[in-house]
Amino acid sequence: MRFGVIVFPGSNCDHDAWYAVQNNLGQPAEFIWHRSPSLGQVDAVILPGGFSYGDYLRCGAIAKFSPVMEAVRRFAAAGGPVLGICNGFQILVETGLLPGALMRNAGLRFVCKRVRLRVETTRSPFTSEAEKGQVLTFPVAHGECRYVADERTLDELEAEDRVALRYLDNPNGSLRDIAGILNRERNVMGLMPHPERVTEPLMGSNDGLTIFRSMAAAFALAR
Amino acid sequence: MSTATITPELIVQHQLSESEYRKIVSILNREPTYTELGIFSVMWSEHCSYKSSRLHLKKLPTGGARVLQGPGENAGIVDIGGGYAIAFKIESHNHPSFIEPFQGAATGVGGILRDIFTMGARPIAVMDSLRFGRPDDPVSGARNRRILDGVVSGIAHYGNCFGVPTVGGECLFEPCYDGNPLVNVFALGIFPKDQIFYARASGAGNPVIYVGAKTGRDGIHGASMASAEFSEESKQKRPNVQVGDPFMEKLLLEACLEAMRTGAIVGIQDMGAAGLTCSTCEMGSRGGVGVEIDLRHVPQRETGMSPYEIMLSESQERMLLVAEKGREEEVFAVFRKWGLDAVTIGQVTGDGLLRVKDHGRVVAEIPNRELADEAPLYDRPHSQPLRRAPMEAPVFGGGDPGEDLAAILASPDVASKRWIWQQYDYMVRTNTVAGPGGDAAIVRIKETGASIAMSLDGNPRFCYLSPREGARLNVAECCRNLSTVGALPVAATNCLNFGNPERPEIMAQLVESIEGMAEACRFFETPITGGNVSLYNETLGEGIYPTPVVGVVGLMKTTQPVTIDFKSEGRAILLLGGLGDCDETRFGGTQYAKVVVKELWGLPPALDMEYEKCVHAAAREIVAEGLAESAHDLSDGGLAVALAESSFGPAGIGADITVESRLRPELLLFHEGPSRILLSSAEPGRVARIAERHSVELVRLGETVRGRIEVRNREVVLISDEIGRFQRGWEGALEEYVR
Repeated sequence: MRFGVIVFPGSNCDHDAWYAVQNNLGQPAEFIWHRSPSLGQVDAVILPGGFSYGDYLRCGAIAKFSPVMEAVRRFAAAGGPVLGICNGFQILVETGLLPGALMRNAGLRFVCKRVRLRVETTRSPFTSEAEKGQVLTFPVAHGECRYVADERTLDELEAEDRVALRYLDNPNGSLRDIAGILNRERNVMGLMPHPERVTEPLMGSNDGLTIFRSMAAAFALAR
Repeated sequence: MSTATITPELIVQHQLSESEYRKIVSILNREPTYTELGIFSVMWSEHCSYKSSRLHLKKLPTGGARVLQGPGENAGIVDIGGGYAIAFKIESHNHPSFIEPFQGAATGVGGILRDIFTMGARPIAVMDSLRFGRPDDPVSGARNRRILDGVVSGIAHYGNCFGVPTVGGECLFEPCYDGNPLVNVFALGIFPKDQIFYARASGAGNPVIYVGAKTGRDGIHGASMASAEFSEESKQKRPNVQVGDPFMEKLLLEACLEAMRTGAIVGIQDMGAAGLTCSTCEMGSRGGVGVEIDLRHVPQRETGMSPYEIMLSESQERMLLVAEKGREEEVFAVFRKWGLDAVTIGQVTGDGLLRVKDHGRVVAEIPNRELADEAPLYDRPHSQPLRRAPMEAPVFGGGDPGEDLAAILASPDVASKRWIWQQYDYMVRTNTVAGPGGDAAIVRIKETGASIAMSLDGNPRFCYLSPREGARLNVAECCRNLSTVGALPVAATNCLNFGNPERPEIMAQLVESIEGMAEACRFFETPITGGNVSLYNETLGEGIYPTPVVGVVGLMKTTQPVTIDFKSEGRAILLLGGLGDCDETRFGGTQYAKVVVKELWGLPPALDMEYEKCVHAAAREIVAEGLAESAHDLSDGGLAVALAESSFGPAGIGADITVESRLRPELLLFHEGPSRILLSSAEPGRVARIAERHSVELVRLGETVRGRIEVRNREVVLISDEIGRFQRGWEGALEEYVR
């Protein structure tokens, strides 16, 4: 399974995502420059963390105009799996591929620490290898990551089983403790915590591999 | 060349002395132009020329088998094996951080990062050594807290966005830093050792190319500002502080590293202090060539800038490079891809001169070597180091040791710094094996299977009591930190923060600190490969304690790290190095003296370097053999604080120990004698055999227990309480202060 990692100017977790997939998952990964109009022959797309365009306007607001995002939209519409991590989640929200918005942390400060997450659904190509209710520990490293949406949207997300991960110790004031969500078709997931940072014992745990293994398993199943 | 009238007032404004001005005239064989006066004033400022310290810096050891590049370049370079090398350095950004804490600290990070990647190395770790006035001071507390908050936010803003992990550091508080906060930033990068780039121009006719951000009026005379004391008017210097753009820096990093891979770049230097002036003349001087530029081509973000302003601007995120003639387009293509300006602004010449033109008209023409390397050199008079502390100890002690311990743990110096480091992304790049909060940070090198450990230290109280002994203790402490995590110390960098060197008693602090550091670095085989000197840290005549900060890097195999916290019950608690000894005089610089007695007296703890080195070797072997379940070196707060901190881990495991000592309780529990490391182990016998082989004392103190800290001297109970009583204050104190 071939992964494409999008590189925007200011992406800084691009190499981490690439390394997690290539070395720790053991699947090939390649970088895709943001000006590229096509994704080439990839089977999944990762929008990595970082500060695309410096995030000076609103996180992810400029990245959505990058030529590659047109290709990502088409890829997602065709059912291809798209994973947005941290800044990648913000970009997916700005692009409209996922609902809601990400606001300044409730504590008004950047926060970097490990947090516990509960897997809320296994009905997705990103969580199928987990158990429902399983607790995973991922790091967060973010300043503007409080998930918000109107009540109707939140109700809808819950009713449609689209909340993928919830914080057990909410670090940023996200509504209903939401850490990661799915689109209606369940092939696009955005999450604030960083699974790619915990994909080998030396980094403290393997918990993050669950997400990437799920993607590989879903791909194998679909073939 | 047009010649403005250079008046004596103008010379004074440029902080040039009469004799310095005479030297300028003799170099040029004529009066300087206004632009030239500005150029000389920044290049010959203390900040850029090290004119007061250079004579003494020569005493530092700088070479070694692993050292590929010592002082004199943008950063030192050390061979780490496997075909790779590291570049690292520490630099101060003290003066700007006082005037504008957020931008001052942010651009401090930006500046040192450029020093690393201008050599071709990708930055993989940052650490900070910070000093502030007391956050709880009734008069200056509010301002000190604002500076602390601004500095931490500034570091976070820049490092997090750039994508380099801030993996550790240290932070202390003293009243002397009220008007003189210190912000020292250390950065380290990695590259293949055959792909090092130097800041040298060569090849007459080669194009000189300007890349990165546009030039504005910010930061003009920043270097000179950093070379003077502060007064009430200093706030007016706010425009001298630059504004940082970490996103631009990230693009510059990627573009520079990519451009270097084209093979078309001959030399490259960042524009830091003294901007375009410094980069042109230093590159020319190092290469023994001339550099000619026309300011018309310099990208500018403001209109109407004069040659003086353009040459002295310290706008951030800019680089100067020399490319091979005819291959410019390869370089331009890379910068275009990253959306950055890259323009040829001049060329290398054979005449050794820095020739600056403005639309073809020559506005400055100065020999590079004289400008960059022949700044005045001063052997400033030095007397006895300033110290106003008594030698004699006051009457102290007799309090409840448990209460004393709780108070020390909740004091700003010793309290957990989590509030600070949680604002830093310390994990990005997924190399952080051990992050903030431990004795040393560890970053793995994915390419080689080795890891780099690093530690910063600078105890201002010790250095005030004795600059020489204090500086030696700093080096010993860093090397002990590294050995505690199993790393072999291999090289060092230093940042020397002092007051006004024109005062003989301050100059004496500087001289003795350098000599002490030189002696220790020689002994511990950690040559100083680069660094920075920051003088004139004085506001309204009040100077800082002498604060020589040292950063030591070490090498180890990549493996699961040994951390400071106790992991399981029933393990032997061992003190490698022994309980140590201390009298009242050597106790006057401790945290106990500061927090409980509220005085400073006497001398720093005694250091036996031979013994210290044996302790390091034993510790490394114990860790490498996998015999230590936890390891924590004794420093601030001595044995009691080390025991407490080791008990604050997630497992909730504490200690039950009984010692046999003739020392009075305060000295026994809180003395800060070096050469001691606290271990817990399931195999104390094997640990003992290693200690014996290294001729190092090993005391079995007791064992780990759940939930409590119990300390007895023979039958006398000194401390007996739940861990929680101590942990709460330690964890929350800093946040309490800041709120």
